[in-house]
Amino acid sequence: MTILLLFVFVLAVFLGFELINKVPSQLHTPLMSGTNAISGITLVGALAATAIEGTFGTLLATLAVVFATVNVVGGYLVTDRMFGMFEGGARGGRSDDGAGAREG
Amino acid sequence: MNVVIELAYVVAATLFVIGLKMLGRPDTARRGNLVSALAMLIAVVTTLLVAGLDYTWIVVGLLVGGAVGAVAARTVKMTQMPELVALLNGSGGAASLLVGWVEYLRAPDAGAITALSIYVAIVVGAVTVTGSLVAWAKLSERMTGKPMLFAGQKAVNGAILGGALLLGVLFVVAPAGAYPALLAVIVLGLALGVLAVLPIGGADMPIVISLLNSYSGVAAAAAGFAIGNSVLIVAGAMVGASGLILTQIMTKAMNRSLGNVLFSGFGAGAAGSASAVEGEIKPITPDDAYYVLEAASSVLVVPGYGMAVAQAQHVVKELADLLEANGAEVRYAIHPVAGRMPGHMNVLLAEANVAYEQLVEPEDVNPTMELVDVALVIGANDVVNPAAREDPASPLFGMPIIDVDRARTTFVLKRSMNPGFSGVENPLFYKPNTRMLFGDAKATLGSLVAEFKEVVA
Repeated sequence: MTILLLFVFVLAVFLGFELINKVPSQLHTPLMSGTNAISGITLVGALAATAIEGTFGTLLATLAVVFATVNVVGGYLVTDRMFGMFEGGARGGRSDDGAGAREG
Repeated sequence: MNVVIELAYVVAATLFVIGLKMLGRPDTARRGNLVSALAMLIAVVTTLLVAGLDYTWIVVGLLVGGAVGAVAARTVKMTQMPELVALLNGSGGAASLLVGWVEYLRAPDAGAITALSIYVAIVVGAVTVTGSLVAWAKLSERMTGKPMLFAGQKAVNGAILGGALLLGVLFVVAPAGAYPALLAVIVLGLALGVLAVLPIGGADMPIVISLLNSYSGVAAAAAGFAIGNSVLIVAGAMVGASGLILTQIMTKAMNRSLGNVLFSGFGAGAAGSASAVEGEIKPITPDDAYYVLEAASSVLVVPGYGMAVAQAQHVVKELADLLEANGAEVRYAIHPVAGRMPGHMNVLLAEANVAYEQLVEPEDVNPTMELVDVALVIGANDVVNPAAREDPASPLFGMPIIDVDRARTTFVLKRSMNPGFSGVENPLFYKPNTRMLFGDAKATLGSLVAEFKEVVA
C-alpha cells in the first residue's frame, strides 16, 4: 500500500512540474493563490481526524478543520476575484462582474 | 461503500489535474480555478460520508473557517494580496501539522513509514506556519523588511535543524514512546520557520512566498501518507512541484540561486560598499515634468513596490489615459520580481483596469528602449538599477533589469533618497537623463493628471 502511494506521489510531482512549466507572469499571483487553495486539501485529513476520541484530540482536529477551511475558502475566492479583475482589464476598462471594480 | 469513496477520490484527483492545467493558461485560468474548487468539494463531501466523524465539531470548524476565509478574500485590498497569500499558506501549514499530530494521538504505535510521514507533515507544517507569519509581518511592515542577522545565526539554525533531525530519527524508530520527542519537534519546527525567514530581505519575499507555498503542498502530501489518503498525496505533490517551479522562475529573474536567497542575508551589509556613484541628483517639479510628458509620443511606465505602497495604480491609469488621449503610446514594463510576490504588479494594474496588451516584459522592451521618450519609474528601484549590468561589484550584478537608463528621459518617482529594500545604491538616479520626482507617488501623479486636465479645460 505504502509503495503504491509513493508511486502516486512521484508521478504527481512530475505531473505538477509538467503542468506548470511555462506560465505567463500575469498568472503568477493567481496561480500561486490557486495552488495554495489546492494545498488546503489537507481539509480532507482534518475532517477524518475528527473521528479521534478524547477532548484534546477533538480540539486539535477541530482547529485543523478551521485552518484548512480558511485556506480552501479564502484561497479559491480570492483567486476567482483576481481573475474577475483580469477579465475586466482585458476588455478595455470595464469590469462587468464588479468584484474588482468595487474595490476602487 | 469504501469503493464508492475511493472512486470519488479518483474523480477529485483527476479534476485537480485538469484544473491545474487550465490554471496555467490565460484563457482557461478562471474556469481552471472553478474546476479545482469542484474537485475540492467532491473530496470534502465524500470524506463526510465516512462513518464515525464528529459532525458537530466539523460544522463548527467549517463555519468558522469558511467565514474567516470568505471575509478575508472579499475585503482584502489588492495591495495587501501578498500578506493574504502568506497567511493562507500559514493556515494550510497549520492544518497539516495538526492532522499529523492527531494521527499520532490516534495510533501512536503505527509503523516506521507512517511515523516518518507524521514527522514530515509536522516539521514542514510547523516551518510553514511561522515562516509565513514572519513573511506576513515583514510584508505588512509590522516588522522591518531588512534582513535580520545576528552573530552565530547559522550555528543556531544548524543546531536546531540537527536537533529536529535527531529527534526525528528517535521518533521514527520507536514512535510509541516518543511523544515528548514529537512535541519537541513541533517547537523546533516553529522556531526554524522564524529563524529561516528573518534573514531574508523584503525584496526577496516573492521567492519566500512561492517557496512557502511549495512547503504547504509538501506538508499536505506528507499528511496524506500519514493517513493513507491518495487524494491528499496527489494534490499536495502537485502544489509542492508547481510552487518549486514558481520559486525557480523568481530566482532566475533575480539571477540568484535559491541557496543565495535563503542563506546570504542579501544586502544586509552591502549598503554603499559598492563602487562610488558619479554624477548628481537632478530633481524636477511636476510642472516641468508635465511639459516633457506632453511632448512625449512613447511613454513606458515601470511600476514597483512603491506603487503598491502609495496605492497609486488607479491614478497611474488615469494619467495613462490622458497621455493616450494626447497621442502618446503608453506601455507598462513589468519585471517578474517587481513587488512583493510573483505577479504583484499585474494584479494591481488589472485592478485599475489596465489592458493586458499594454503590459510588456523586460526582454521585449529593452531592445527598443532608445525609442522611449519618457520612462516613468514609479516606486521601482532594484529592477531598474543599471549596476546590475555595469558594476561587477554590485550585489545585484547579473540580474536582468529594465534598461530605463537608455530611454531618452527617465523620471523616477520616489519618496526620498533612501535606498530600496535591498539597500543597494542606484546609479540610475545620477544619470544625466534622469530626473527625480520626489514625494508621494500618488500625489505626484495626481498633480500631473491635474496639469493635463487644466490644459484640456
